[in-house]
Amino acid sequence: MTELENINPNVYKKCEDRKLTKDDEDEDVVDPFDEREIFDLIRNINDPEHPLTLEELHVLEQSLITVNNDKNTVSILFTPTIPHCSMATLIGLSIRVKLLRALPPRFKVSVEINPGTHASEHSVNKQLTDKERVAAALENTHLMEVINQCIGTPLK
Amino acid sequence: MEKMKLLQTLTGHMGRVWSASWHPSGTMFASCGEDKTIRVWIKNDEDRWIAQTVLTDGHTRTIRDVAWSCCGHYLASASFDTTVAVWDKKSGEFECNATLEGHDNEVKSVTWSRSGGMLATCSRDKSVWIWEIHSAPDQEDEYECVAVLNGHTQDVKKVCWHPHEDILASASYDNTIRMYRQDTADNEWEMLEPMESHTSTVWSISFDGTGKRLASCSEDKTVKIWQQYGPDNALGIPCPEKGTVWKCVCTLAGFHGRSVYDIDWCKRTGLLATACGDDSVRVFKEASDSDPNEPTFELVVKIEAHSQDANKVAWHPVTPGVLLTASDDGEIKIWQYQDEE
Repeated sequence: MTELENINPNVYKKCEDRKLTKDDEDEDVVDPFDEREIFDLIRNINDPEHPLTLEELHVLEQSLITVNNDKNTVSILFTPTIPHCSMATLIGLSIRVKLLRALPPRFKVSVEINPGTHASEHSVNKQLTDKERVAAALENTHLMEVINQCIGTPLK
Repeated sequence: MEKMKLLQTLTGHMGRVWSASWHPSGTMFASCGEDKTIRVWIKNDEDRWIAQTVLTDGHTRTIRDVAWSCCGHYLASASFDTTVAVWDKKSGEFECNATLEGHDNEVKSVTWSRSGGMLATCSRDKSVWIWEIHSAPDQEDEYECVAVLNGHTQDVKKVCWHPHEDILASASYDNTIRMYRQDTADNEWEMLEPMESHTSTVWSISFDGTGKRLASCSEDKTVKIWQQYGPDNALGIPCPEKGTVWKCVCTLAGFHGRSVYDIDWCKRTGLLATACGDDSVRVFKEASDSDPNEPTFELVVKIEAHSQDANKVAWHPVTPGVLLTASDDGEIKIWQYQDEE
């Protein structure tokens, strides 16, 4: 294993599981996507370096997710653990791929760096927004192996 | 009043359709996408478009772009697999008879010169290549790379030839547009000054019928109109030694909700169509009292064309007002624009 960029990341507590309500079991109730639901889809993505989730590292927070179910938009801001994190693009790509697979195709997903938290935030955002380059990345077998490892459930 | 009538919805591609190209006769077109196939569509006896041929064995990754040569005998395809394939029907069936290799990374766009003797390609490797075709009767066509142009500093998204002259334009992730032409003294390809005005990726470009204007569309959600000025122009715009200069004379802002992925300027009607990441296709028309140095364009129709991003717009080369659109939703649609009259 190569040297870790961020040796001692701050680790935070996970949030409580969402409580089931009786409507959750009722198939007839219209249940639009909300921030919590999107957060639940991505909070357990693994960090590429540490055996910790993006939630535990505060890379992802529910308060930095915006959903407009009617307008089909989902916007995620993520916070790299350090301002020079070279994994920022990979983390953003993992979030994109996870949501690409989990959400209906009507959604326009934007994944960007929480403003002011990364030295190259503009260029990372531009890459993550470019759907042509994202499409090309998803055809890269090696990269997809890495991303699938991040998205997969953590080894306990 | 209905201004854009849907004539037909075509399905067949698996996943995203990236591009399509009308045959110069207008009797067929080719389409391509992430399913690594090219579909060649013709009209059947009931006047409906059907996929006549599916070309499956040319590329190992996404096919990003297709283009017919002006003579109509060749079809070129550009792929993320770093190659460009050239197809012809010399044997009676479509066959890939040449594969152009050289780019280091995904090929994003391909285009044929008006004369048909040249092909241009561009890639994520930041370069634009110009190829010459040498063909002789009863011999295999040969393709020779005559120029590698490294003007852009980032991923090159689109290449487009001038409608009359051997002038090439390219658009890039570096937010600029560049033009190239051959120096008459030594036949070397040279680059003109970069055209800067967009604030993000320039996805596509299209010349108007005169070739004196160019339209561009961008990730910055705007469309820009560029005008060519020659030496001694009436406005006194200074020109470099190399002759002409291109100036942005109009910005269409506030019309598009998301990135604008493609633009096509109809050579017959002058109508300007755009394909947008907000799923819509828009048509703009130049105002009748428009000043050529400060032109005004009006949005004449906006259609919620697709259920996902629109990637491609292409006006029919023969029948005025017929428009092809293609989308991430896997569909291709054919529309008829109707003027007020």
